[in-house]
Amino acid sequence: MEYRRHRMRVSLAGAVLLTCLAAASAQESRIVVDGSTTVGPIAKAFAEHYMADHRDVRITVSESGSGNGAKSLINKTCDVASMSRFMKDGEFKAAVDAGSFPVAHIVALDGIAVIVHPSNPVRNLTVEQVRDIYLGRIVNWKEIGGPDRPIVIISRDTNSGTYESFEELVMHKQKMAKEVEYVGSNGAVRQRVQSTPTAIGYVGLGFSDRTVKALSINGVQPSRATVAAGAYPVARPLYFFTNGYPQLGSPLHAFVTLHLTPKGEEIVQSIGFIPVTMYSADSDQSDD
Amino acid sequence: MTEAASSDVSRPPPIRRIARRQGLLLSRRASRWRHVTGLCGHGILLLITSSSALAVLFIFFFIAKDALPFFITREAGLLERLREFFTTSAWYPSSVAPSFGALAIFVGSGLVTLGAALVAVPLGVMAAVCLSDVLPFGARQLVKPVIEILAAIPSVAYGFFALVVFAPLLQSRGGLVLSVGWWCLAGPVAALLVFVLSDIATSRLTRQRGSRWIRPAAAAVLGGSALAVLMYVGGRLAGIEVGSGTNALNVSIILGIMALPTVTSVSEDALQAVGRELREGAYALGATRSEVLLRVVIPAAASGICAAIILGLMRAVGETMVVWMASGNAAQIPSPWYNLLQPVRTLTATIAGDMGEADHVTGSARYHVLFAMALALLSISFICNLISERVISRATLKLR
Repeated sequence: MEYRRHRMRVSLAGAVLLTCLAAASAQESRIVVDGSTTVGPIAKAFAEHYMADHRDVRITVSESGSGNGAKSLINKTCDVASMSRFMKDGEFKAAVDAGSFPVAHIVALDGIAVIVHPSNPVRNLTVEQVRDIYLGRIVNWKEIGGPDRPIVIISRDTNSGTYESFEELVMHKQKMAKEVEYVGSNGAVRQRVQSTPTAIGYVGLGFSDRTVKALSINGVQPSRATVAAGAYPVARPLYFFTNGYPQLGSPLHAFVTLHLTPKGEEIVQSIGFIPVTMYSADSDQSDD
Repeated sequence: MTEAASSDVSRPPPIRRIARRQGLLLSRRASRWRHVTGLCGHGILLLITSSSALAVLFIFFFIAKDALPFFITREAGLLERLREFFTTSAWYPSSVAPSFGALAIFVGSGLVTLGAALVAVPLGVMAAVCLSDVLPFGARQLVKPVIEILAAIPSVAYGFFALVVFAPLLQSRGGLVLSVGWWCLAGPVAALLVFVLSDIATSRLTRQRGSRWIRPAAAAVLGGSALAVLMYVGGRLAGIEVGSGTNALNVSIILGIMALPTVTSVSEDALQAVGRELREGAYALGATRSEVLLRVVIPAAASGICAAIILGLMRAVGETMVVWMASGNAAQIPSPWYNLLQPVRTLTATIAGDMGEADHVTGSARYHVLFAMALALLSISFICNLISERVISRATLKLR
């Protein structure tokens, strides 16, 4: 008994010493990611995947908004700025003045599907009509060719990147009506819409499946192809910005090109975005 | 003997020394040691006891510390912010031009709590009466733990049920659910009212003329009119169509069920605390069981029942997961205000839902406003707690 306890203590001390040594000796490289809440989940999932394979790399991801991401990149307080828009002229100029040259990597395409219950006869809306619904100007389905029933409007919570994208692409930053219901996740929006015949909601394109009906917007059916072709209006590319192109073979390079690998594509798809690569040919949005 | 007496004149009496030597008294050092350790023990116990009180104080302090910057800012004056927060209802914290009107959210919390009270109070109090005075002992031992199991179900499970089962049910068969609920809740209450009223009416009337037909007649008239009201309202409710199943009603019912074990169990304790003497005295005077219950036991336990209701409702006010999942989270004041069929947003759900983003922009008004809400919520439950403490202590005083 005494002996065993003693041995345990020794091995414990050894373990502590070893980890200290390991922490001190290993050249630990750090990657700091800052920026958009829309791109944040991709960066987080990439970081998780990458760090699982590379124990010596530490990646921290924070989400303070695209503008703050750009600012951090210019101030060199982060290595990767995740942004849901391209850098503005002023930001680019500030970066060049500070001695760095921002390089854009498109990691994914962000398309938002506007979904309704499968029994709803409405097939197509314009961006303006969707906006009017969310502004509370259109309150009944009969105003846009549906049955005479009030519209139940469902939105993602204001925290989410999907909300941010929708606010940007559809609402043009106008305030939504007070009657709008807020739901905590893409899956919950889909669940609410598939169980509510009079509901309208929006989800990341990857979350729209056969249990709900994705509306055509301005006559264009949302799909990976129409988003990639730029025909679907509620879509935009998502970026990682780095200071110059990262050195080949460095962890940073591996991180910002992860989306080009099959695993990266899978991650992008699992979070509900459209990958820029086409490894799985039949992974169009309707097949879930 | 005389020698010893003479030699001890100059020295102190040896009783202490003898006592010490025989182990009846501790040596000076040991007694000092024991004194010190005793003090230490007291100190540690005091520290442990006060640590929970200190924790409450610290929570108050830190929440207030983060709440104050919302009201005291450079952009807007204190009064302006207070007026915006408490009297307007435009809740757009993340917008480009943010507005922080929390009135609708306060109303939402109040409405949901009121709804929960409508469910939990009649059911809980009646269940408590039934448990303490009606059911035989064996049945009571069986039923009480089952009711208390309700408190052990995690709130996310309730929330899942509310969102996935109850909301679609309300949407597809809203009228039916409403009328069934109406009958379940209002039926027993109406029966009780009819009973009591007819009792009172006959006792008033029979004092004047001793007819034995008056009592059943009064019961029939009252019962008939109550049935008519029940059926009319039930029919009206059955015709209602529910647009969105995630609304104040859904959450109220679920919160009511969650508050039920607290209300039942605490009011049952209060009813039990009413002694045998009162009950037996009342029976001895010829009172029936219902008279004993309604006129003696329940009035005697009234303050305990009040405390039970307050405790149960605090559970409803503070509940987060269910309301975040199933209340719809629309920051609006329903029109009319008592319309439980519209989605509402509560304080707890707002704090939980908005904190994720807000902590990335620490220091912004959007962050601090959540602490202002938390402070309001904490104050509300603090006041409720004080009231229920006061009510309970009054109850015990009265019963003595």
